[in-house]
Amino acid sequence: MKGRAGVLYTLPLMLWSCIFFIIPIIIVFIYSFLAKGLYGGVVWQFSLKAFSALFSWSFFRVSLVTLLIAVLSTILTLLIALPVSYYLARTKNNTLLLALVVIPFWVNLLLRVYAWIAILGREGFLNHLMTFLGYRGEPVQFLFNFWAVVIVHVYTYLPYMILPLYSNIEKFDFGLLEAARDLGATHMGSLVRVMLPNIKGGIVTAILFAFIPTMGSYAIPDLVGSTNSHMLGNSIAYNIRTANNWPLASAISLVLTLISALGIMIYFFLNRKPARHKVREAP
Amino acid sequence: MIKKPHALSRRIYWLTVVFLFLPLAVLMLYSFNASRSFKFSGFSIKWYYSLFSRWIAPEKIAAVFPELGARELAQIVERSKNIWTAVRNSFAIAFATGLVSTVIGALGAIGLSWYRFSYKKFLQGVSFVPLLLPEIITGVSLLIFFSSILRLKLSLITVLIGHISFCLPFVLLIIIARLEEFDYSIIEAARDLGARERDILFRIILPISAPGILAGFVGALTLSLEDFVVTVFVQGANSPTLPVFIHSLIKRGVPPEINALSVFLILFTVVLILSIRNFIKYIGK
Repeated sequence: MKGRAGVLYTLPLMLWSCIFFIIPIIIVFIYSFLAKGLYGGVVWQFSLKAFSALFSWSFFRVSLVTLLIAVLSTILTLLIALPVSYYLARTKNNTLLLALVVIPFWVNLLLRVYAWIAILGREGFLNHLMTFLGYRGEPVQFLFNFWAVVIVHVYTYLPYMILPLYSNIEKFDFGLLEAARDLGATHMGSLVRVMLPNIKGGIVTAILFAFIPTMGSYAIPDLVGSTNSHMLGNSIAYNIRTANNWPLASAISLVLTLISALGIMIYFFLNRKPARHKVREAP
Repeated sequence: MIKKPHALSRRIYWLTVVFLFLPLAVLMLYSFNASRSFKFSGFSIKWYYSLFSRWIAPEKIAAVFPELGARELAQIVERSKNIWTAVRNSFAIAFATGLVSTVIGALGAIGLSWYRFSYKKFLQGVSFVPLLLPEIITGVSLLIFFSSILRLKLSLITVLIGHISFCLPFVLLIIIARLEEFDYSIIEAARDLGARERDILFRIILPISAPGILAGFVGALTLSLEDFVVTVFVQGANSPTLPVFIHSLIKRGVPPEINALSVFLILFTVVLILSIRNFIKYIGK
C-alpha cells in the first residue's frame, strides 16, 4: 500500500518502457514528418513527402496485398482452429493432444519457414512426392507466390489461435448443445447458433493474435513470397535498408501502428460486455 | 448419445497435427539424406559429421567425404564454426535477456499487482502495448533510435536491448498472472505482525512468486532464441544470432548441415518444454 515501495519496484520497468519504447515511437512519429537524408537518416526540415508517398499506386497495392493475405490467412486459420479447439475441449486427458499442437510453435520460425521451402520448392519434397506418385510433367514451383505466403502464415499462427479458442471453449457448458438439440436443432445448428455466440470473446482474441502479426509480417513474405506478394513489412525494410528513405519507413510504420491500435480498440470494444452469462438471452 | 460424437472434429484435429508436423518430419528426413539435394537418395549421417566438423579430426572428416578436396573440406569446417558461433551468440543473448527482463519484470509485476502509486495506470498501458504491436515496429523504432539519437554502434549490445524490450511485456504478463492467484492479505498480515518491506520482499513475495518468475525467465529465453525480426534490424555486421544466420543461409542456398542442426534444435525445444513443465509443476506444489 505504501506509495514509495510501489514506485521503487516499478522504477526500472518505467525507465525501460520510456527510454526504449515511448521515445523511439515518438521519434518514428517525428521522422515521418521530416525530409529524407541522402545516405539514410533525415534532414531536419518539415516535409509531408513521406505521407504523400502513401497515396501512390504502389503503396496502395502493397497495402491491399497485405490486407488480403492477412484476412485470408486469418479466416483459413480460424476455420481450422475452431474444430481443433472444439475437439481438444471435448476430450478428457488431453495433455498430450494439446502438446502436439503446441510443440511446432516452439520450433524456430526460420526453421519452419525453411522447412516449407524444402517442401514447396521446385526441387522440393512435394515435387519428388508427385514424381514418385506418377506425375510426369515439368517440376512445379509452389514457392514465391501469394499462396505460399498464405500457407506459411496459416501454419505459423495456428497455435496462436488454437490456445485462446481452446481455453474459451473449455469453459463452455456443453449441456446447452444437448438442450438445443432436444429443442430440435441439428448438431451443426446447435454449434453455430449456441456455442459460437458464447465463445465470441475467444474468437475475437484468436483473430487478433493472428491478424495483427500477419499485418506486420516481414520474414515470411521475404522468404517465400515474390515481389507481387510483398507486404508492408517488406516495404518498411526496403525503405530502411535499400532506398535509405527513413521518413517513408517511419510513415509506413506509423500506418501499421495505427492499424494495430485500431484492432486493439475493436477488441476492447467487443469485449466490453464480457460473456459472463452462459446463456444468451433470447432475441 | 451418438457413438462417436466428435468424429468430424477429431479427423480435422489429426489432419492438423499432420500439417503441423509435416515440415518438421521433412527436415528430419533430409538430415539423414545421402545427397545434398531434396531428393532422398539413401541414408547417411554425414551431415551430422559436417555440422560438428570443427571439433572432429580432419582425417575423419576427409574419410566421411572422400569425394571432396582440401578446399571444400576447409569450407565445411569453416561453416561448422560459423554455425556454432551463431548458436553461441543466440544463447548468450537469450540468457542475458532472460536475466535482465526477469529482474525488471518481476519487480515491475510485484509493484503493479500489489502496490498503489501515482503513475500506475499509465505504466500498465505503456508496458503492455508493445505486446500488441507488430515486431517490426519495435525493430524499426529501436534502429532509428539507436543510430540517429543515441549514435550507438549496432552490436550484440543493441540486440540485447532490443530483445529485453520485446520480452519484458511477456515476462510481466506471466508473473502478474501468477501473483494474482495469491491473496494480498498475507502481506497485510505480515505488515501487521511487524515485518519490514525487505522481509516482505525476500521472505514472502519472492518465494510465492518463484514459479512465475521461473516461467517468465524461460519465456524470455525462448522468445529471445526465436526472434528474427527485431534482431535483423538492430544487429551489428559480424555477430549474427542463429535465426539471422539461418536467414542469410536461406538467401544464399542452404547447406545440408542446417537440416541436422534443426533436428537438434527441435529435440532441444521438446526436452526444454517438457522439463520446464515438470519443474514448474514440481516447485508449484
